[in-house]
Amino acid sequence: MATVPGCFVVTPSDLSALFGILDELGYRTLGPTVRDGAIVIGEISGISDLPIGITDEQGPGRYRLRDGVAGAWFGFAVGPQSARAHLSPPERPLLEIRSRGPTLEFVEPEHHTERTALFGIRPCDLAAMEVQDRVLARGPHPDPRYVAARDTTLVVVVNCGVPADTCFCPSTRTGPRARSGFDLSVTEVVDQTDHYFVLEPGSEAGVEIVERLEHRPADRAEVNAALATTEAAVEAISRSLPEQLNGRLLAAADHSRWDEVAARCLSCGNCTMVCPTCFCSDVRDTTDLAGDTATRVQVWDSCFTLGHSHLHGGSVRADTRSRYRQWLTHKLDTWWDQFGQSGCVGCGRCITWCPPGIDLTVEAAAIVGGG
Amino acid sequence: MNRPRLAVWKFSSCDGCQLTLLDCEDELLELAHRVDIAYFLEATRAHTEGPYDVSIVEGSITTSDDAERIRRVRAVSGKLVTIGACATAGGIQALRNAADIGDYLSAVYAAPEFISTLDRSTPISDHVDVDFELRGCPIDKGQLLELLSALLVGRRPDIARHSVCLDCKRAGNPCVMVATDTPCLGPVTQTGCGALCPSLDRGCFGCFGPAESVNMAAMVGQLRDRGLDDVGIHRLLNTFNTGAPAFGVES
Ligand code: SF4
Ligand code: SF4
Ligand code: SF4
Repeated sequence: MATVPGCFVVTPSDLSALFGILDELGYRTLGPTVRDGAIVIGEISGISDLPIGITDEQGPGRYRLRDGVAGAWFGFAVGPQSARAHLSPPERPLLEIRSRGPTLEFVEPEHHTERTALFGIRPCDLAAMEVQDRVLARGPHPDPRYVAARDTTLVVVVNCGVPADTCFCPSTRTGPRARSGFDLSVTEVVDQTDHYFVLEPGSEAGVEIVERLEHRPADRAEVNAALATTEAAVEAISRSLPEQLNGRLLAAADHSRWDEVAARCLSCGNCTMVCPTCFCSDVRDTTDLAGDTATRVQVWDSCFTLGHSHLHGGSVRADTRSRYRQWLTHKLDTWWDQFGQSGCVGCGRCITWCPPGIDLTVEAAAIVGGG
Repeated sequence: MNRPRLAVWKFSSCDGCQLTLLDCEDELLELAHRVDIAYFLEATRAHTEGPYDVSIVEGSITTSDDAERIRRVRAVSGKLVTIGACATAGGIQALRNAADIGDYLSAVYAAPEFISTLDRSTPISDHVDVDFELRGCPIDKGQLLELLSALLVGRRPDIARHSVCLDCKRAGNPCVMVATDTPCLGPVTQTGCGALCPSLDRGCFGCFGPAESVNMAAMVGQLRDRGLDDVGIHRLLNTFNTGAPAFGVES
């Protein structure tokens, strides 16, 4: 059968050499691994660190690990973490000012630019990185630390065959198959008789990795089997976000649904902490006990804190209703005006990791549908 | 240079929060260098008379003597800051506030007639003006150093008022409520401990008291969904910060 240019087949035992190759190429590898009852993103060094044969069961406010398809490497969807913690760590020192006699010394901590391979992130996460790029790398005020981390990050994206109940990437057009922006894309084909990966390099670095792996050109049937996995995922996804929300949520700023959701919302901020596109941060200035060193630290912030909208005299968004409304209208509506796209990539994290299980797809539909 | 004079006072409490000050081992010398520790019985018998630039107050008001003494402390203090759940919310001893003090006395003491006490345990701020309240049972060492550092240079302390959840997620924890159905007070509790309990696979006990924004009705619904009955919910909410109004549950 004819081979498909640009697509390669690698067996599981051969793909396990990838970790050593990444190491040789000077990358530390971050990838999916089990910790505290969830699949998180951690430093990994081999296939024994991967959640092989494990799947996740997700619903609003609920997450459980279960046995999945035996031997499958990627039979799960996204966990609570994304690329965000790597590209903009939750806490980053920005500046130290030391008083030295009559003079002040300004010391900027060194940027952390360890070459990193993000292995096994999903198409929605890759889309989220591109959303954040527009804000943090390509906007009028690029964040040099973000840019440095982004420039030294290699992306091995894994297309989704086993979506969670909370996923809705088809409606946001961000998955379950990545089209661009990766160095290497991987699709796992696993059934009773076969287990192999179809690899597509998306950059020179990706080509080099494939060359170093034992591989062979993929034939049409193998590529079709890979495509079938993500097509099956599309079929399996039932959640969706209403289209064209630009202008429509803000227009419904007085909808009674905002009060109903505020009655359930804890204002805990978990949704914003797990969202891969949220970028708000707070800058904290402190001094030490001796009183001669001041430190400035940047930390993840959330529009659910009172401090986030604290202007002279108090918080502008003092009640939960206005804070939830801020989160949803910015993410789904005004993001378009600001950045020319939606702020939501359909990963479903904010649904799963909201303790009361508030579902933005349901809320948005109720608000724009007049329900 | 005239060093600011510091006094540390104890009311009804267990001494754990004062101990946090002594626990600042690496910073203690620097602190002793920066301030004149004029009154601190847990650390030294030597003490000098007021006035004091800064008073740190631990403990709640549970006797009429306490109520008078805190006024005298206020009168000789420049800044007065309170530390710990007792001083800021009444402490565990505020469990009496919802009970009959006579029942407690006869259950606990062999000769209750020798006990002279108020029927309520109240925070310091119910009695005198307080410049800053530092929460926690016990307080967090890092927050205490931040408070002292701020007082020394005359700036506002950088003490966050938001939920524990933010720090829990910053620490990279999967939520225990979502992943293991463990009841957790993180969403309604003020941060300060760095999400210590959820980082150890346990639910938050609410040691730092109510966060800036508390939706208790929704929280109670979540605790019930995670398997707590009314008694369990009552017990979880009525510990060190039982006296904090936002931790009250309407039954
Ligand atoms: S809003 Fe929710 S579903 Fe959308 S990208 Fe953020 S966490 Fe994912
Ligand atoms: S929507 Fe859910 S996760 Fe977000 S602040 Fe409200 S309760 Fe917390
Ligand atoms: S474990 Fe507790 S503190 Fe952490 S996110 Fe969940 S509810 Fe909040």
